[in-house]
Order: sequence, then structure tokens, then C-alpha cells
Amino acid sequence: MGKTLKTKKAESKKSAKAARKSAENGKPAKIKESVPKEVRQEKPPEAIAEKLAKQQREISVSEFFAKNRHLLGFDNPTRALLTSVKEAVDNALDACEEAGILPEVKVHIKELSESRYYVTVEDNGPGVVKEQVPRVFGKLLYGSKFHRLKMNRGQQGIGISAVCLYSQLTTGKSFKVTSKTEGAKKAYFFEIMIDTGRNEPIVSKQDSIEWDKKSGVKVEFEVEGRYLKGEKGVDEYLRIVSLANPHVAVHYITPAKEKFHYTRLLKEMPVVPKEIKPHPYGVELGNLGKIIKESPARNIKGVLMHEFSRVSEKVASEVLATAGVDSRIKPGKIEFINIEKIFNAFHKVKIMAPPTNCITPIGEEKLVKAMENFAKGEYITAKTRQPAVYRGNPFIIEAAVNYMIPDYPQDEQIKVYRLANRVPLLYQPGACAITKAIQDVDWRGYGVSQSKDQIPYGPMAVIVHIASVWVPFTSEAKEAIAHYSEIIKEIKLALQECGRQLSIFINKKRRLMYQQQRRSIFQRYIPEVARALSVLAKTKKEPIEKKLFSMSKSVTEFEEKQEKEQQTQIEQKKVEKAEKEGENE
Amino acid sequence: MSKKTKVKNSQKNRLSAEQKLAHLGKMLTAQIEKKNNPFFEVAIRALSNVTFNKEKSLIELGSEKQKRYFFNVGMAKKFMQTLLVGEACLMLQKEKKTTSLRDLYYIIKHTLGDSDENTVDEQEESDECIEDLEVGLDELRENLNLFASNRGSMVGEITIEDAGDTIDLRRLGTGGWSIPSIVESSLIKFKKVSAKYILMVEKDAIWRRLNEDKYWRQHKCILMHGQGMAPRGVRRLLYRLANELRLPVYILTDNDPWGFYIYSVIKQGSINLAYESMRMAVTHARFLGLSSHDPGKFKLSSNVMIKLNQQDISRAKQILQYPWFQKKKWQEELRVMLKNNVKLELEALSSKGISFIGEDYIPKKIRDKEWLE
Repeated sequence: MGKTLKTKKAESKKSAKAARKSAENGKPAKIKESVPKEVRQEKPPEAIAEKLAKQQREISVSEFFAKNRHLLGFDNPTRALLTSVKEAVDNALDACEEAGILPEVKVHIKELSESRYYVTVEDNGPGVVKEQVPRVFGKLLYGSKFHRLKMNRGQQGIGISAVCLYSQLTTGKSFKVTSKTEGAKKAYFFEIMIDTGRNEPIVSKQDSIEWDKKSGVKVEFEVEGRYLKGEKGVDEYLRIVSLANPHVAVHYITPAKEKFHYTRLLKEMPVVPKEIKPHPYGVELGNLGKIIKESPARNIKGVLMHEFSRVSEKVASEVLATAGVDSRIKPGKIEFINIEKIFNAFHKVKIMAPPTNCITPIGEEKLVKAMENFAKGEYITAKTRQPAVYRGNPFIIEAAVNYMIPDYPQDEQIKVYRLANRVPLLYQPGACAITKAIQDVDWRGYGVSQSKDQIPYGPMAVIVHIASVWVPFTSEAKEAIAHYSEIIKEIKLALQECGRQLSIFINKKRRLMYQQQRRSIFQRYIPEVARALSVLAKTKKEPIEKKLFSMSKSVTEFEEKQEKEQQTQIEQKKVEKAEKEGENE
Repeated sequence: MSKKTKVKNSQKNRLSAEQKLAHLGKMLTAQIEKKNNPFFEVAIRALSNVTFNKEKSLIELGSEKQKRYFFNVGMAKKFMQTLLVGEACLMLQKEKKTTSLRDLYYIIKHTLGDSDENTVDEQEESDECIEDLEVGLDELRENLNLFASNRGSMVGEITIEDAGDTIDLRRLGTGGWSIPSIVESSLIKFKKVSAKYILMVEKDAIWRRLNEDKYWRQHKCILMHGQGMAPRGVRRLLYRLANELRLPVYILTDNDPWGFYIYSVIKQGSINLAYESMRMAVTHARFLGLSSHDPGKFKLSSNVMIKLNQQDISRAKQILQYPWFQKKKWQEELRVMLKNNVKLELEALSSKGISFIGEDYIPKKIRDKEWLE
């Protein structure tokens, strides 16, 4: 399942362009051959159809992605290097956490030439059993994550094998994996390549070696890429990883041989998220068919009850009654028309929202602590929302605001850190629901400068984290979150709660500054006033000056009292006026 | 004004300027001693706090006062500046010297501590403090030994004594006698007077024309100008001449709202110096011209008229509302001006001949009693 994609002419056409382009980059000849040639000659329709029929055949996923590497985030050299590291790190962290091990990840990027890098990523996770290694790393769409609904960094099982493929396509080198499981005496070493035609791994070398480590996985690969400092580079990515994962330790050696050590801030493991079954509201028609047909249940009613969350016997009966489908139909023999009827019936029946204990947010306290460690602003606040649901998928939004960070520019847009299941998103901010939500919030109301519908300005950073069993990305490159209104609304609410807290702080600060300012005005004038008065009243200057200075310290309170009185007077007048107007009516 | 302050004021009147300044100092130090936010009261000098006394035909200052606190961000600087002016005035009193407003500004101007702020930045700031002190202490600027720069000139059928020097105002050539800002009887005394009236013109240029033609000799009068809006010295002198010598006063200004207002200030005082109206307003001053009806009466060509600009129009409309412009004839003057949408300068009369103003216009107006009051 999912090993191949059947594509028709239309899709081949789409990919043809990309294929031609990448063919110029020196791709293996094998792929070139598989590109269907476009036929434009004027010929009788039958002849064309026959000719096309000859060309129409199954193409492998590996081939498809080889031609559409931009979909996976390998569209330019800088991004390709980042994506390679990112996929390896995501995998490592997921593996560690699932095994309940506090992750410690080593990343080393060596520069071979300006456009070529040797990347090593090592973790202390549980390791991968020997038999699985080739397929986990050398077969696309193979993995444990796609088929279940669980909050993970990776989702599709494409990530690391795509890196393997990319490495192979750009350098022709094999992908090296060292794996050791707990209790094993020796580690296994593999050199893997992918047979792009069949989407199957080819093991070019296999060995059993000594590895001075309890357990873990180390991957090594060579890629074409470019190393850049700055907001979209590996350095920034790992920095934000440590911000979003305070329980992770990261050791990183850059191509420039700089060493970064992001130490573990919290020794507490995040609660391991629970796996849930899909909720009827979120399932798609095609997927529904697949679930039904593959279910071991004896009849359709059993399928609904066992394969979906929140479907009790009562709900299942109601759905089938609404759909007008016999509850005794065997799952293997169900007709498409009935699947469609069930699909439509799902949305007519009231079904309880999915369970939400399957998502674990970072948490307000931990976010604040991580933010503090990341950049020490004057005020940090965080908000974790209650779980919400979009299309049957539960999700949680968290946001943190870090205000008045030293060294951050005053007149530039604030820094926005987007996180999805603890993974930093560095590209495509414009297409992301998080950006949209930040723009939608009226920050001016909280004392932060902002042009209408823009990212606000100032020395401030905002983190938004979406945690979900299924994060809706706009593409497989997983860089932007789709604009679901439920998600945007939740993000806005989280930001607004942070904003309200922030505005309390900002107002307090402004008041203090104002008091300071006026105190200093008085103190500047006091020597003048004291001298003039001493001349006029023919007394000594010092006692007057001393008195005035001591008064200036308490005077701000005094003034505030006056202001309050004035305020109440104004308000009283307003009330009186309103009352009068009321009488007139 | 409460009874209490009235008593206080009458007591104050018996005190010298020096004593009043010392009194202010003692009052403020006493407040500070009690840990009260120190303040003094200043009458508000704005349209909202002046009234027009119809009987006396005077603009009078109302009783609305503002407390000026030191510990108030909006008032602190003014408070400090006013005290600095007071300090400087006390010094002048002690040393028995007088000084110009400009001088005083420099006396009190300096940088504050190690900041980059000055005690005063513009002379207007210290000038305003002086006016505050005048109303606050109920003491005139002249008595605080302060004077403004000379402005305005005078010639004519009179001999005066200025600080002991006798001056015959008939023998002053083309320049005339420059009117000082302090013209109190202790300094300026009127000696031999053969003038029958006083002619006050708005502008220096017209004054020169009339002086060159020796209008004052022919018509036995005193000829003055105040260079636009008459300064306090000119107004006070005019008041003394008019009242002590019982001479009629004729005023000649441009035909525009600003000219009308120059006359009005001479006649009934100004808003800003309402507290001095009674000793400066020449209530029987007559407005000779230019009237909005003059172009018709004297057959002036329309070439010499100038279109009103936006400021002229809004000022005219403002003046229409003032209580002391409510007389029918004045309302008509302003309405005609607005209706025709033109103004007229005194120099426009020269289109009828260079000496038309002195030979025909003024004598005819006075003879025919064609003036406004």
C-alpha cells in the first residue's frame, strides 16, 4: 500500500517539465527514459490514444519525487542542506521520545567544497533493528507514522528516505547508517542506495562493527547544498529546535568548525502522546474506503465501531440508518456507492469531538523558561490553549511573547518562530496560518506598534506552536500551515491572551517611565526654584532645596491622586450629563 | 473674587513692588514648609476671562484664576521661570536700576545643571512670565523697573520734559521724538501745550507724510504713530495726553480688521492686558478712517483696493462677535468690508494726490464730524 502512485497522462505532463529541468542536472539516465514524451502531432484520435496507451504505465514514487524534489523541500541548495539535517534530526528526536529516552543529538556538517557537504547526525535513541534498516532509510513512504494518528514530528514516512534519495541523486554516493539496539553487543553498519525504479533499497555494504554506545543511530550522507548563516540556515534551525525542545541536548559543529552546545534545560520528558483512531469528521472518502476494506472486522458496523474514535454502537447504528446501508455487509464486499453514503452520513450525525489526550503541548511554564534561555527580554508570557478540533483532528495552540529583547531592532518587524509538533518552520512564512493570525491580531491595542494587517514592529519575539495528530501543511515540504479557520481562530485567541498580559506590563512600564521622567523634570528645576525663593524670602537656600527634593519623591503619588480626582470629576460630569440627557428624553 | 482676596489685594496695594516680591517668596516657602505643593495664583488672560464694561467702555479682566503649581508637569517650568523673573526684578529694585525686557531675558537665561535644557529659550517666555507677575502681584511692569524697546514717534504743538530735559516737539526735524516704554509722570512731564487735538496714525509712513507737510503746525495738533499695534508706552502716553490735557483723539488706520482692532485696543483695551485697561484705554478716542464707506465718498479707484485673504476674513468674523464691536455702525463697517471682500490701505489715498490725506481727507472728516466711536 502506498508504494506506488498510479499516474495518468495529466500528471506525467505536469512532471515532464520538472523532469526535463532536472535531467539537465545530470540525473541517472534511467529516469530520463521513463519520462513520457509529449505528443502534439495532428493525428486521428485513435492513433494518439493507442500511442499514449503504450506510454501509460506505472511510475514509482521514487521517480516521481526525483522529478519533484521541490515538493519535499530540496528546491535550492541552501534549503536542501537544511532539509537534509532537519529530516535526520526530526527522526532522531521522534525515535528517542518514543522510547522514553531524553534525546541527545550530535550534528556535524563538514564542508567538502562550496557546494558539497558531508553530514553526520547521531542520536542516543533505541536504534533500528537490523532487518528494518534498509527499508526505513532506503524506501520511500515506508514507516510507522503515516498510518496512525499520533503527534509526531514526521508524518508521512518520506523524510529520511528522501534525504537518501537526494544524496544519491546529487552526489551518487550511498547513504551510511550505523545502528545499535539496547543490549546488542555490536552495531550494524549499512551503505544503502535506492532503486528509484522499484522504490526498493539496495544494500551495497553491510558490516557488523564496534560502537561505543548503549544504543542509537548514526546517519552519514553527502549532499549538494550551500551553507548559509542567518534566518533560514541550519544554525538558526538547531537554535530554535533547542528552544522548542527544552528537554533536548544538541551538539553542533558547523562547516566553519564552530561548536554550539545547546544544553538540556529540563530533565523532564514530555508525556508520550497517545495514538488515536481517525475521527469520522476528518476522514476523506478515498481513505474511508481503504479503512473499510482493510478492516478485520466482520461487518460494516464493526468497522465503524473499531476503526474510528467516538463511534459507539449507537452512533454506528445511527450512521448506517442515516446512510441506508445494511449493517451486516461484509467490509470486503462493500460497494463504492455505499461507502459514499456512509461518508455523507458521517456529517449528518452528531458525533462527540475526538479525544484530546493524544496531544502534549510544551506547556506555558516550559515555554517561558525556554524563551528566557533563548533571549532574555523584559517580559515573557505564554499561553497554552485548551484542545480544539479541525476536521476531526484535535490540536492545541500555544503562544509565547517575549518583549523588549536587547539587541533586537526597534524599527523592524518582530521575530516570529513558527513551530509544528515542536519542529521549527523556517520557510514560506507568507503562506502560513500562523503569520496570518499574527497579522489579524490588533497589537496596537496592547501597546505594540503595528501597521494595519501587518506583522507588528519592535524588539519582540513571538512563538506559536501547533501540536496535532495531523498538522495540515500546505505541502509535503512541511513549511506552512494551511489556513483552517479553526486553527487561525485558536492562534489568535492564544496571541490575544498573551497580548493582554503584555499590555498590563507595558502600561505599568510606561507609567513608571512617565513618573521617572516627571520626577527628573522637578529635580532639574528644584535648584533654580530654591535659589530664587531664598532670594525673594531672604532665607537660606539649602533647607528649601532639601524639602523640595524630598517632596519630589513622593509627589508622583500625590499627582496620581490629583489625576484620579480629576478623572472621577470628569466621569461624574459625564454621568451627570448622561443623566440630564436622559431626563430631556 | 472672594472677600478675603479683596482685602489682601487692598493690603497689597499699599506695599512696594519690592515688598510684594518678598511677600510672594515668603508665601511659597511657607507652603513648602508645610509640605504642600507650592502654588501662586494668576488671573487667566484669555477671552473667556474678560468682560466688556459697557458703562465705562472698558475691557476688564474677570476673576477667574489659575493656580500655578510647581509639582505639576505642565506647570513646573512656568513656575520656575516666573520665580526667576521675580528674583531678577527684586535685584533691579534693590539696585534701583531699570532694564529692558530683552536684558531680563538674558539675565535669567542659563542651562539647567548638566542637562541640555535652558531656563528660557525665547524672549516670549520671559515676557509672558512678566505679565503673569504683573497680574499676580498687582504691580505694573514699569514699577518692576522693566521697559520695552522704544516704539512709535511723536511731534507737534507741545513741549515736554523727559527725565529733566526739556524738549520742544515742534523742532524735531523729520524723525520726531521716540516714545519710550515708560512714560509715567515721574519721568515725562507736559509743559507748554498749544495743540487742540491728537492725531494718532497706524503707520510710520503716513506719519512721515504728515510731518513733512507740517500738518500739525497748520492744524495745531499732536501727531503720533505706534508702528502698527500701539505698544504700552504709546497707549499710556496717549491716555495721559488725552486725560490730563483734555484733548480729543482721532485715530487713523488701514481699512481692514487689523486696523479696526488697533483702534479698539486704544479705545477700550486689549484681552491680554485687560488688567491695565483702566490706565490705558482712551475711551473717547474717535475712529476717523479708513471707513469701508470711504471709497464711495472719496471716489477712490477700484485699482487701489486689495482682496481680503482668508486670514482677513476669519479675523473680521471673529471681531464681529466681540462685545465691544456690537455698535450698529461698527457691525456695518465690518459687514460692508466682508461684502465687498476688499481692504484698503491708508496709502491708497495717495492715488488722489500725494498730500490728499492731509489737505483734504483728514480736515474734511473732522469738519464733517464723520467719525466712529
